[in-house]
Amino acid sequence: MRKSFVMMIFFIIGIISGNKTVMGKLVSGVDLSIYALYILLFLVGIGIGADRRTWKIIRRANIKIFLIPISVIFGTLSIVGLLSFLIPDINYLESLAIGSGFGYYSLSSVLITQLKGQTLGVLALLSNITREILTLLLTPFLVKYFGKLAPIASGGATSMDTTLPIITKFTGKEYALISVFNGIILTLIVPFLITLILR
Amino acid sequence: MFIVILFLFSGMVIGFLLHKKVKVIKVSDKMSTWFIYVFLFLLGISVGSSEEIMNNFGKIGVQAFILTIGAISGSVLASFFIYKRFFKEKE
Repeated sequence: MRKSFVMMIFFIIGIISGNKTVMGKLVSGVDLSIYALYILLFLVGIGIGADRRTWKIIRRANIKIFLIPISVIFGTLSIVGLLSFLIPDINYLESLAIGSGFGYYSLSSVLITQLKGQTLGVLALLSNITREILTLLLTPFLVKYFGKLAPIASGGATSMDTTLPIITKFTGKEYALISVFNGIILTLIVPFLITLILR
Repeated sequence: MFIVILFLFSGMVIGFLLHKKVKVIKVSDKMSTWFIYVFLFLLGISVGSSEEIMNNFGKIGVQAFILTIGAISGSVLASFFIYKRFFKEKE
């Protein structure tokens, strides 16, 4: 949670220092290199690979538990796809790509910026960070009306880290493992889906 | 673009092999965090300097919000179905 806050601060300070300044003119001319993206993904991979939970959970996983990330992917993409017809500025595939961030805003905004430019990258950043914030705020309500999987589904890829504490608090320890599993699977799927959709 | 996936997976394999070297993992974790900070700062600067984005920031924000509400409600409804069908009886 603290990390997300710091990230947004960096983004906002960036906006302020780039707006109508010489620095803005200088930096906007520079391409955010594709190699930077490779390095980032490599580092993200190391983090996932070094996390003991990843391998433990994958070994113990049964078919049923896979239904949760599948339902998140299906549920997110079907509604987001429909919404693209209401928003004139973005097309169907761009909308699907933004939805495919599943709350993982840092990686999805880097990827989408790289593939489709800044405007869509910013949209992906704002949309996916909102997903995290709304999950933090709505978890008690979601559990009450839509069951214990609801905040896990809402959290998407963040259900393994930033939203995990609040999810565990309102659903109980037995759902913590499911939450981590859902987050890991979705985190792995984010770069796949986005590149597949925007290719 | 699938080379992206290759980097992710080679990272995972290396992370798995080195998971006992706590120091290495910590350094790579710190690096990726700072990497994202720098990226978001740079993205912020380009966004701030782009008249097109700055003039439409409110609109982009509203669109982002609509997409998020859609994404969350779709996921929650789909998971509610799965919950009732496969998970609830366990309690």
